[in-house]
Amino acid sequence: MLRDLDFRLSKGGFYFLTGPSGAGKTSLLKLLYLAQRPTRGRIRLFDTELTDAPRESLPPFRRRIGVVFQDFRLIRHMSAFDNVALPLRIAGATDEQVEAPVREMLAWVGLADRASARPPTLSGGEQQRVAIARAVINRPDLLVADEPTGNVDAEMAQRLLHLFTALNRLGTTVVVATHDVGLIKASAGAKLIRLENGTVMDPTGALRNPPRSPRLDA
Amino acid sequence: MPTWLIASPSEGRLLGEGRLRGPTAWVIAIMSFSIVIIAAAGLALASTAGMLTHAISSRYSIELPAGSGDVSRLLGAVRTAPGVTEADAVPESEMRATLERWLGPAAQSPDLPVPALINFNVRDGADLGTIRQRVQAALPSASITAHRESVAPLLHSLHVLQWVAFGLVLLLSAAASAAVVLAARGALENHRFTIEVMHGIGATDAQVTNLFQRKIAIDALAGSLAGAVAAGLVLLMLSAGASFMGELTGGATLSGLDLLVLALLPVALTVLATWIARLAVLAALRKAL
Repeated sequence: MLRDLDFRLSKGGFYFLTGPSGAGKTSLLKLLYLAQRPTRGRIRLFDTELTDAPRESLPPFRRRIGVVFQDFRLIRHMSAFDNVALPLRIAGATDEQVEAPVREMLAWVGLADRASARPPTLSGGEQQRVAIARAVINRPDLLVADEPTGNVDAEMAQRLLHLFTALNRLGTTVVVATHDVGLIKASAGAKLIRLENGTVMDPTGALRNPPRSPRLDA
Repeated sequence: MPTWLIASPSEGRLLGEGRLRGPTAWVIAIMSFSIVIIAAAGLALASTAGMLTHAISSRYSIELPAGSGDVSRLLGAVRTAPGVTEADAVPESEMRATLERWLGPAAQSPDLPVPALINFNVRDGADLGTIRQRVQAALPSASITAHRESVAPLLHSLHVLQWVAFGLVLLLSAAASAAVVLAARGALENHRFTIEVMHGIGATDAQVTNLFQRKIAIDALAGSLAGAVAAGLVLLMLSAGASFMGELTGGATLSGLDLLVLALLPVALTVLATWIARLAVLAALRKAL
């Protein structure tokens, strides 16, 4: 349960969300990507008050948010290509229009030769990369990732971090919930938001980065 | 053709391969079959009632008690009455033959008093009061009966049966709608995860609904047409009987308009099922954020 949260994300900022398991990181991310409404309090995204916004008005905002779910949330009966293409198609792109960007993105995450594979035939790491490709294919204004490197090796984690950084440089605000100290250390300019017992311990996001101690209550 | 009815290959893959699970198409086929048969029966009854009404609306009988007077003189008076188009006396032999069905050979006995009967037709707008006066003047004991009064109970029954058929068509349509609602809910449950993912990345209710609506529309159309074709075959087999009925009622069978109505029923059922499915899916989606 989250309580007494009050923080602001700067447009174009890069944030790591840390804290012990059960601290409320995933719940906070759900509020950010509009999968839940708060029982109390306000949420303002993209300069719009969305706490009580009618549900019909939410899809355009969701299209501006890329989400990497902890459990990937890939559609099992669709190929990796179709999963990655889904946000573009929902936004109205035709099959011809999605072909090139999806191929390019799959190549970027090292899955060019697995485009027609379905999620159940992919390894955990491959599924995670497909999920990341789907989250960033639309060049979102806000990228929210829940443990995005939990199932990939160090080299791929670095590649994915570069991808997030590149998107961030293009103006995307990035929020990554992670226990991966190495990932945080490798992102010197990023800010830390630490959650404990459902509340933000550092609302300014000015905690030391990289942290002095490698321990982040992982 | 509505754009939602045409799925791109990628849209077709969103809900997986194959049709929706469940017997939707079969249920709708059975409903369509029953609806077409019942509607055909109702329309035939309406046609029969119409023909019967038309045939007897201008027809009357004059009954004379046995030995009450000169039938020929009365027949002459009726024939010359204004508005009468045709008048004929029923031969006594024919009357006795009719009575023989109930009385047996005794009907031929000369001791049996047989009333005389004159049937006559009038044109539309004829003044029956004047005709009645003429008859009374010629033979006071004669009485005039309108044929429509004799068959009024039968016509009433036919009208009731028409309404029963109409009610059954509505009930079956409601049952088909209920089946579609259940099918839509089942389909939503089967694809809950896909819907959540689509919503999560910005799909609108309309985009999700179109996927299910298209699937159900295809199932409903296939079921409706199959049921209607089967019903059409049954109606063809019954057509000999229908012709016989037609002869009895002066040619009342299904008209071209009736056949058009029957042909449109499966289309109407498909439209109804699709609309109901859309409402059911939208209602279910509104429960999510």
